[in-house]
Amino acid sequence: MPVLIPENLAELREAACSHDPVLLAGGTDLMVALNHRSQRIESDLTVVSLAQVPELRSWSHDPTSGELTIGSGITWSQLERAPFDALAPALAQAARTVGSPQIRNAGTIGGNIATASPAGDGLPVLLALDATVDSVGSDGERSTPLSELLTGTKRTSLAPGEVIVAVRFKVDDGWQGYAKIGVRNAMVISVAGVALVLDGTARRARIALGSVGPTVLLAGEASAFLTSEFDWDAWTCSEATIATVAEMAAEESRPIDDHRSTAEYRRHGVRVLTSRLLKRGRERR
Amino acid sequence: MKRVETECTLTVNGVDHAVSGLHPGESLLDTLRERCGLRGSKGACEEGECGSCTVLVDGEAVCSCLTMAAAVSGRSIVTVEGIGEAGAADLQDAFLRAGAVQCGFCTPGLIVAADALLTRNSSPSVDEVREGLAGNLCRCTGYGRIVEAVLDTASQRREQP
Ligand SMILES: Cc1cc2nc3c(=O)[nH]c(=O)nc-3n(C[C@H](O)[C@H](O)[C@H](O)COP(=O)(O)OP(=O)(O)OC[C@H]3O[C@@H](n4cnc5c(N)ncnc54)[C@H](O)[C@@H]3O)c2cc1C
Ligand code: FES
Ligand code: FES
Repeated sequence: MPVLIPENLAELREAACSHDPVLLAGGTDLMVALNHRSQRIESDLTVVSLAQVPELRSWSHDPTSGELTIGSGITWSQLERAPFDALAPALAQAARTVGSPQIRNAGTIGGNIATASPAGDGLPVLLALDATVDSVGSDGERSTPLSELLTGTKRTSLAPGEVIVAVRFKVDDGWQGYAKIGVRNAMVISVAGVALVLDGTARRARIALGSVGPTVLLAGEASAFLTSEFDWDAWTCSEATIATVAEMAAEESRPIDDHRSTAEYRRHGVRVLTSRLLKRGRERR
Repeated sequence: MKRVETECTLTVNGVDHAVSGLHPGESLLDTLRERCGLRGSKGACEEGECGSCTVLVDGEAVCSCLTMAAAVSGRSIVTVEGIGEAGAADLQDAFLRAGAVQCGFCTPGLIVAADALLTRNSSPSVDEVREGLAGNLCRCTGYGRIVEAVLDTASQRREQP
């Protein structure tokens, strides 16, 4: 089983396109599967390590367009600190809730997207930010809205060997936050997670939900209602609006009972987290 | 482009180890223990939950059970066997003094994780120590003495830099 370690994007393209490989970023999802034999590496399969490709570990912010581009190999440890804590505070908040320091040092945003777990903490934030995913595969490069890339529970439209290069979104004037419920504060997979983005430039609100459906979900009706009811000039909204939006988001969630929690508790969690975030968001800009 | 089949060189605690016979997808934890003769790092869960396998790769604490050995050849790996020489001997002493070691199974991973924590934050609060060690489970001590040992080391280092 060869392991290829490309050292730039051109080498990565060559490695990924010609071998139909298993891609390895931080390994925090993939190695668990390998260690527990739920995924096997046949001896003739090629592993391509993404860790030494500088292009995947870079980021950029265009102050004119407001667009932030984050390389897929940026780790949670990087995302929780400067400059991301200021540029994308909701993503930094999500990053702080992921696993432990060891997991955050290794785990990447690209791995989180490709794993496409409904409990992936980065995903509600990226969905609420209307993020676009740039990837490269044997058919060339493409840019796909995250909402289209995620096709089901742990399913994406990525072709075998297709590499996520970066994820990008606009960080405009406004407010954004992420909140999650789990059985304890650290080292916990979310039972429910909510991301709220109040975009002051587009005057648009977006609420996305994690762990309460087969994929992360955009609460479309709650988002549209909040967009129309929020007072964008005075930057506030009423208690009644908060209660209605929280109720609508809870209604739009599609939770199930499983070993982590019950559908009822998850729906309640969405209601509480949505209202909590909106109270924070209308206070600050 | 670097290509590793079943053989590679791992740089552990400053020493190059030529390893061979790597299994497909073999973890750094297995390679360290079975091929490098370094059995300090412990394995329990092999899913990133317990932290007993924690090592430094290029200075960052990671779970060696979730690191593919072949992918870190050429990078600098520090295990509990080398961390004393790398500057954490005072932390090891503090663990002993505080009674933070009972069965000792969690200790190697904790020493490495605590060392990384102190590198990042030289005067952590109690909460920051607990948060920083959230990826390391100990079934014996109840954590109180571990936290104490880390805080002691931090204050000693501040007094005698
Ligand atoms: C103990 C523990 C706790 C965890 N806690 C959390 C948590 O709280 N919240 C959370 O969201 N997740 C959590 N996770 C899951 C995991 O850490 C994250 O999903 C992480 O972001 C995965 O990134 P990675 O780089 O480690 O991915 P890897 O394991 O390297 O890869 C995962 C999958 O994505 C593919 N892939 C990786 N990078 C790319 C790319 N650039 N392009 C295309 N495909 C790619 C791989 O082929 C593989 O199929 C936890 C995991 C563990 C072990
Ligand atoms: S053995 Fe690696 S975290 Fe438990
Ligand atoms: S001392 Fe026994 S597990 Fe920590």
